[in-house]
Amino acid sequence: MSYKSDLYQQVILDHNRKPRNFHAMQGATHTCEGFNPLCGDRLTVYLKLNPAGVIDEVSFTGSGCAISKSSASMMTSNLKGKTEAQAREMLASFRKMVTGEAENADEERLGKLSIFTGVKEYPSRVKCATLAWHTMACALDRSGSTTSD
Amino acid sequence: MSVIMAKEVFDVDKVRAGFPELLRSVNGHPLVYLDNAATGLKPAIVIERMRAFEMLEYATVRRGSYRIGEDATEKFESARADVARFINARPGEIVFTSGATQSINLVASSWGRKFLKEGDEVIVSAMEHHANIVPWQVVCEERGAKLRVIPVDDRGELIMEEYARLLSPRAKIVAVTHVSNVLGTVNPVREITAMAHGEGAIVLIDGAQAIPHMKVDVYAIGCDFYAFSSHKLYGPTGLGVLYGKTEILDAMPPYITGGDMIERVTFEKTTFRKAPAKFEAGTPPVTQVIGLGEAIRYIKSVGMERIEEHERELLYYGELALAAIPGIRIIGTAPQRASIISFTLGDIHPHDIVTALDHHGVAVRGGHHCAQPLMDRFGVPATVRASFAFYNTFADIDTLAEGLREVVEVFS
Repeated sequence: MSYKSDLYQQVILDHNRKPRNFHAMQGATHTCEGFNPLCGDRLTVYLKLNPAGVIDEVSFTGSGCAISKSSASMMTSNLKGKTEAQAREMLASFRKMVTGEAENADEERLGKLSIFTGVKEYPSRVKCATLAWHTMACALDRSGSTTSD
Repeated sequence: MSVIMAKEVFDVDKVRAGFPELLRSVNGHPLVYLDNAATGLKPAIVIERMRAFEMLEYATVRRGSYRIGEDATEKFESARADVARFINARPGEIVFTSGATQSINLVASSWGRKFLKEGDEVIVSAMEHHANIVPWQVVCEERGAKLRVIPVDDRGELIMEEYARLLSPRAKIVAVTHVSNVLGTVNPVREITAMAHGEGAIVLIDGAQAIPHMKVDVYAIGCDFYAFSSHKLYGPTGLGVLYGKTEILDAMPPYITGGDMIERVTFEKTTFRKAPAKFEAGTPPVTQVIGLGEAIRYIKSVGMERIEEHERELLYYGELALAAIPGIRIIGTAPQRASIISFTLGDIHPHDIVTALDHHGVAVRGGHHCAQPLMDRFGVPATVRASFAFYNTFADIDTLAEGLREVVEVFS
């Protein structure tokens, strides 16, 4: 296996080069800043939930490695229209996939995000992949700031 | 009559054969180990000496009046004498600690708590490792003293005029690194020490990064303390050294207390032994000390001059090879440098570079290198660092450069 085929696939590199929803948000209902003390990666996730509890808009800002940035970008692309409960379920599935806790990715729930399954071969990079997700959950909890532990 | 001695050629292949881990392969490639500033690999001779000691010679030291205890004590103290000779000190001035970090903590805690008062100043530099910042920060906070910082210029050198300005009768101690673990800069420690002494301040030099690369003479430097770790000098982990001038060590209270460091204990009062025993409470890392003694013997047999010369060539070759890579920015370009190169590559994150290079068997470090204030100074969140030891080769550097070219292709 090569790092180009199992970790840095074209889709991931593309999201790293051109991150989607990469901006601060006016009028966000939930926001949180997350950082990874090991490598200095730092990002902020913005969410706008409607009264029915559905995510209408999601965006992020910050700096980090290709894994953390593309993971954040793909997360924002996949959260729109999801309920808070669905978003938390996706975090749980995503975390299980990249830590290797789940043998196979929950493709039904994760869809294109299953591309991050290769991360489980790189234990030191798991926190890069989950940073955006934990930050999203922190925003939903409205607890201010979080680290990717 | 004159005799012309043929200069003995440095045989890197012969050296490499003595380091078993260099024979490893990683991800299907031979290991190219370029993280020597983090820790050095161990030569077989050191591992075998420690094994032999553990198998047949091991006993506790400075306690047993039985034969094997006395033998172990003699070897232990003889290793202390080897360490002392290695840096031109006396055995009584060598305190064994758990590492350079603890050596600095010992001084900050013991000397700092006794001698720092409100309004005093502690001077460090902008290129310090966190281990030579945080202990001072903590003791300054506690004593109401102030931490002052010598700035670094764009090449990665200390700005000596600013240092001169910081020195005043308020400055009580200057704690500066001999060699930067990020930039490789070799600091003018003699001059730094002389200037501090001129103002009545004492000096601690963090030698963790200098000790594997150059001949260190604490007497010539004139410093009051010199700290380093065994594991960066190809010895075992869990062991460090603090050199301290006897009169200063004697004036300091114990750092941790317990067995083996006392003269007399009653419930009313305890009196302590003299340094270095005063600072070595508990059973010391006996085997590790024997290992460090062997590592020093090994280094001497290779020859520090030859190590310096080979590493100078590696640094020169490495700089040329890396400078040719598109988008590279080398951070730290001081004229006097040890064989450490830090760099960034376009806007590719150092951790992505490290993962990619790992697939070529190349081990380099990516991150802030425990020097976040220095990262801030150069406006980068992190760098990649390649650090060379005397067992590295030009071919190692070629592999690094090749890997970096591929990284540029993949990520751009």
